[in-house]
Amino acid sequence: MSLFRDRGIVLRGIRLGETDRIVTILTEEHGKVRAVARGVRRPGSRFGARLEPLTHVTFLGWQGRGDLDTLNQAEVVDTFRAVREDLDRMAAALTMLEVADQIAQERHAIPALYRMLAGALGALNERPSPMVAPAFHLKVLALDGSAPVLDGCVSCGREDVELVAFDLTEGGALCRGCRRGRPITPAALDIMRRTLQGGLAGVLSEPPSAVADEVATLATEAMEVHLDRRLRSARSGMLP
Amino acid sequence: MPAFSGPLQALVDELGRLPGVGPKSAQRIAFYLLKVPGPDALRLADAITAVKERMTLCTRCFNVAEGELCAICLDDRRDSTVVCVVEDPRDIVAVEKTGEFAGRYHVLQGALNPIEGVGPDQLRVRELLARVDAEGLTEIILCTNPNLEGEATAMYLARLLNPLGLTVTRIASGLPVGGDLEYADELTLGRALEGRRTVEA
Ligand SMILES: [Zn+2]
Ligand SMILES: [Zn+2]
Repeated sequence: MSLFRDRGIVLRGIRLGETDRIVTILTEEHGKVRAVARGVRRPGSRFGARLEPLTHVTFLGWQGRGDLDTLNQAEVVDTFRAVREDLDRMAAALTMLEVADQIAQERHAIPALYRMLAGALGALNERPSPMVAPAFHLKVLALDGSAPVLDGCVSCGREDVELVAFDLTEGGALCRGCRRGRPITPAALDIMRRTLQGGLAGVLSEPPSAVADEVATLATEAMEVHLDRRLRSARSGMLP
Repeated sequence: MPAFSGPLQALVDELGRLPGVGPKSAQRIAFYLLKVPGPDALRLADAITAVKERMTLCTRCFNVAEGELCAICLDDRRDSTVVCVVEDPRDIVAVEKTGEFAGRYHVLQGALNPIEGVGPDQLRVRELLARVDAEGLTEIILCTNPNLEGEATAMYLARLLNPLGLTVTRIASGLPVGGDLEYADELTLGRALEGRRTVEA
């Protein structure tokens, strides 16, 4: 049993009793932390406001014997206010929170995942970009050892052929002879390569376009194949 | 292995299903009901039966109602062109207590929670859109909770409603009366600053 200090992004919260909440935080050093925050649903609770999902916090927690830790204090690093006040950005952010929640494990630190989520939310807060969430999905796939093969046909291995399809069950892009899964345009393939090969800054400044939509669809589906689960937030219909 | 015999255990089990009631509280309430005079306990049973038999949801606004329409929808002194959208019937009680609103309501029966799989189809959104023309609405006030789900719901509805040419407003978020500024959270204080008003003196 011990006190610990960490920072992290609040992923979700569920009600507990009359005034408490169980919050899930993706932390830097303690992996995914599930902890009880007492009294936070009383109106005007500053502690409670800081533990709303989509908040970057530093906190003091108490790890007891049971599954659930207890939260004692929280300070705000960022509330991502511009994300909260724009439906498109909020939808993108919620999908990233859902992915992070699925990938992270309790008490198993993946500092890179925390940094990628904090960075992606920060980028989204700076300016609207349709590429933040798709790029985050692709980066997380790579972090989890499932980066799609994009420089040659994943099936026959040839690099001197045009790649025309994409299928994450196969593990990446496919040539005309081996094609299956979804068709992919050269422009989308280019964005995905740049995302994974050091060109992220350029990708994030891509304006909304048909190619951006194409990459978003491919990245979402690839993540769903990887998680073996539907991403609820990407399919909830919250963007009319 | 049940701790008590027959009906008493059944009561403890049922009470334990209630929101916010743990096993210990369920036992305490069950023993209390066992002890009080018959008529007192039966009044509770009757109240539950009456609510289940007589109360339904208003077919227009989805507030609780004792018939087809709720008391507010039946009150023809209220402004029928302004609708305040809330998540839950209990929110109507809160707004009514302010005495500041004389229009009608629309209860969504929840808020968008995409990560938990609650999308627009799980809420009374289609019914709200249908009311715009049918009732000649001129203003809709989005009165969902000031949390992530409530904000998402308000933005979603604003995007659907704005093109329809009526006034769509969102309640301001501010500081609680009687609270100390130094104890306010950052998001609330930031928004309160943004929503400042000139002071007439
Ligand atoms: Zn091939
Ligand atoms: Zn009604």
